[in-house]
Amino acid sequence: MTINMKKLIFSLLLLMSCTAVMAQQAQQVEMADALRSSGKIYVVILTIVIIFAGLALYLFSMDRRLKKIEKEK
Amino acid sequence: MKFIYQTWWKVIAVLMVLSTFITGLLFKVPRLQIIHETIRNLYFHVPMWMGMLTVFVVSVYFSIKYLSSGKEEHDLAAVECVNTGLLFYSLGLLTGMLWAKYTWGEFWSGDPKQNSAAIAFLLYCAYIVLRNSIDEEQKRAKISAIYNIFAFPIMIVLIFILPRMTDSLHPGSGGNPAFGKYDLDNGMKIAFYPALLGWSFIALWIATLRYRIRLVENKKNDN
Repeated sequence: MTINMKKLIFSLLLLMSCTAVMAQQAQQVEMADALRSSGKIYVVILTIVIIFAGLALYLFSMDRRLKKIEKEK
Repeated sequence: MKFIYQTWWKVIAVLMVLSTFITGLLFKVPRLQIIHETIRNLYFHVPMWMGMLTVFVVSVYFSIKYLSSGKEEHDLAAVECVNTGLLFYSLGLLTGMLWAKYTWGEFWSGDPKQNSAAIAFLLYCAYIVLRNSIDEEQKRAKISAIYNIFAFPIMIVLIFILPRMTDSLHPGSGGNPAFGKYDLDNGMKIAFYPALLGWSFIALWIATLRYRIRLVENKKNDN
């Protein structure tokens, strides 16, 4: 890992850790508050994260296999 | 072209997109009538178009390069970028249709944005058809490079300019505010910008993989 990359990952983590402070709007609009407060939105997030991580790993493995084939030539 | 064989930018792209799944689904968003929680689609629907744009721009770059250099690799890079762009184009259209169903009422309501996006899609499909209809390799490469260079600005006008000049349901059109207005008020940027960047590089990554496969196939055919 280069220093540059570490810096980038660090700033990404920083980004993820800051929370947006926002004023509540007076208008009542139906939102999925209940889902979030009961914590179950995390299940959905995890599912998406697992799927995307799987796809990304798949892409990485394709990349590796290609590298091998390219070296043979 | 060492860049396409390196891993660091692929890791960063994956991390950026992963971060948007968490920030995009958990962070607060403006409470808007009709749109409700679907405003979060902004982090997933719009980046598909950004990814498409990125690979299409790269494709035009390689088409121009092909015309000046005549190297076959440049032609192959241009094609594979368009192929990847079409994948993201389809994803953008489909996610847009789904979003439209629950906010505009219909999957396809003949909105100017939707119609011109469909026309531009056909424009790029014609590029693939044009390529496949020419047997002679150099002729095919040259003609499709020229077509590609002209198709790109027409696509930009169709998707991003014309719909904004008429009344469209799509944000950013006909006095209809774009979501940019809300991003500025709220923390939506934290998820939105990494999503745009991350998905752009994922699109580029898929295009480079396709290009490398093409190169290997090409070498095999020459032998």
